[in-house]
Amino acid sequence: MSDNSSNNAYWAANMRIIKISLVIWALVSFGFGILLRPLLSGIRVGGTDLGFWFAQQGSILVFLAIIFFYAWRMNRLDREHGVEEE
Amino acid sequence: MDQFTINLLFVGSSFALYIGIAIWARAGSTSEFYAAGRGVHPVTNGMATAADWMSAASFISMAGLIAFTGYDNSSFLMGWTGGYVLLALLLAPYLRKFGKFTVSEFIGDRFYSQTARIVAVVCLIVASTTYVIGQMTGVGVAFGRFLEVDNTTGLLIGACVVFAYAVFGGMKGVTYTQVAQYVVLITAYTIPAVFISLQLTGNPIPGLGLFGNDVASGEPLLTKLDQVVTELGFNSYTSNNADTFNMVLFTLSLMIGTAGLPHVIMRFFTVPKVADARWSAGWALVFIALLYITAPAVGAMARLNITDMMWPNGGVNGGAVEVQQIQNDPKYDWMHTWQKTGLLAWEDKNDDGKIQYYNDKNADMQALAGEKGWVGNELTKFNRDILVLANPEIANLPGWVIGLVAAGGLAAALSTAAGLLLAISSAVSHDLIKGAIKPSISEKSELMSARVAMAVAIIVATYLGLNPPGFAAQTVALAFGLAAASIFPALMMGIFSTRINNTGAVAGMLSGLVVTLVYIFLHKGWFFIPGTASFSDADPLLGTIKSTSFGAIGAAVNFAVAYFVAGMTKETPQVIKDLVESVRIPRGAGAAQDH
Repeated sequence: MSDNSSNNAYWAANMRIIKISLVIWALVSFGFGILLRPLLSGIRVGGTDLGFWFAQQGSILVFLAIIFFYAWRMNRLDREHGVEEE
Repeated sequence: MDQFTINLLFVGSSFALYIGIAIWARAGSTSEFYAAGRGVHPVTNGMATAADWMSAASFISMAGLIAFTGYDNSSFLMGWTGGYVLLALLLAPYLRKFGKFTVSEFIGDRFYSQTARIVAVVCLIVASTTYVIGQMTGVGVAFGRFLEVDNTTGLLIGACVVFAYAVFGGMKGVTYTQVAQYVVLITAYTIPAVFISLQLTGNPIPGLGLFGNDVASGEPLLTKLDQVVTELGFNSYTSNNADTFNMVLFTLSLMIGTAGLPHVIMRFFTVPKVADARWSAGWALVFIALLYITAPAVGAMARLNITDMMWPNGGVNGGAVEVQQIQNDPKYDWMHTWQKTGLLAWEDKNDDGKIQYYNDKNADMQALAGEKGWVGNELTKFNRDILVLANPEIANLPGWVIGLVAAGGLAAALSTAAGLLLAISSAVSHDLIKGAIKPSISEKSELMSARVAMAVAIIVATYLGLNPPGFAAQTVALAFGLAAASIFPALMMGIFSTRINNTGAVAGMLSGLVVTLVYIFLHKGWFFIPGTASFSDADPLLGTIKSTSFGAIGAAVNFAVAYFVAGMTKETPQVIKDLVESVRIPRGAGAAQDH
């Protein structure tokens, strides 16, 4: 086990990554898909607007990107802080 | 070969495949059974999780709900995928590090309280039973069609099959059976969608075809669809016609419910490493997304095909389909097969020899109907849950595609129903009876009580499935609301806050569960018994919040009560604080522990 202050730094870094990821998560679904849809109505996509695309497909693709980014980033963070599994 | 034989062949051989794999890879011991995911590659584990996860709601019901509502039901798509982000970021790695097998064990240990463990078990049983009701609805539809009997008979036969399937036991724990089920399910969903997308848009990828051009008119498919449905007085497909606040809450409920359902979370307890738990959630979503990207295309294209079938002579001005044609034209055979299930009905109310399908609640249409001598919508019943299963028949696809879809629908419903029954029975026998009520129970009696619990659960679910509180996906959404309000907040607070103590967690879970359950019962009937509801989702108790959306409110109540009560009571002991600290760091994760 590494010392406490290093663990705290690790956890703070993790929380920062989680917060950024969740902001994007909410932005594409609740934001672009629902609440901000009127703002995107000018951008046409295949017979409808960008908000419709985010609600039915786009958000899912972004969710995938978030999860894979988080896994990659955290596995690197584990090593940086020396807390990865042996 | 007639369609009935083809269906039997496809359904029969898919079952033979699952059972064959189950026998070949039979779990030898209890711990092997629980830890089926250990030593399995994250990609394989992700595929198995996807099969576990996608039930009758995703396969049979969801596209139908989207087809008849359009954009407003996008909540299902975002909600049932967005939850994986929460799972991957907030729960999976830490629960894996904790290294036990069940959700209630984590809650019991983290909140150092047997009461907390039992409350978690109760939450789990309530949510899972509601979930099974939704599955039984889907099973009834699938069996009704496939055996060409009415819906009730289909449901009763289906219940027997599910029970036998679940009692066979360990089958569920075998990852490779689930991989096979996933392959059957995704093939069955994708193949008809590809055919239909090619017919309508010329694009072999349905997800792209949705935003492509309609071959017949040269216009974008969605523009064409908007035009034909508004012509009949229905809401425009792509516009937002529902209450936005309710839509946000509904989406959020489905998301946090996804991250609170024990049978999904359990899969992440047993991957080999913490790093794998992070990847596994991503792979699961990849395999889920393959269906979810296709589903909106299935819905939109089916809606266009159905409208075209009912108005074959160029829309509302060209004249409706004739009763004669429905009777004689082989293109309309699907209407007869589905009529037998009682889930599709039409009636020539004005005796003009034609079936007019339109929105008879729309004022403009009522005026037009007056002019034309129509006396109401004559496609009197079109159950949303039949859409996906009927889709290949509507599009006139070859018989083997229809058989394949029947096998896929049953794979989705049966695998999830059986898995949930196992979760319920082990919660009752292992966590409740052995863990709390009577620790001295013999292994034989424990097994017996597991079987009894399973039988009771399926009888309750079948009875309520006869008069379900909604279409399959809507009932399942209620189950998600319950999981969202009870389990998810407890897990999250258990990891991210050291302040929440035993009393806080118990008070939080109980209040979240109770307010949500009461709100649902007020709108859907007490214990889902028809006729006992005081409110309806058309005019809900609180503002515009429907009962399916209340889970998010229940979760907020859970968090608030837990923080308040924890602040008033004794602090969390140091040893538990150390436990939380250790859960947050990947280093030192051993293999999952037996109990």
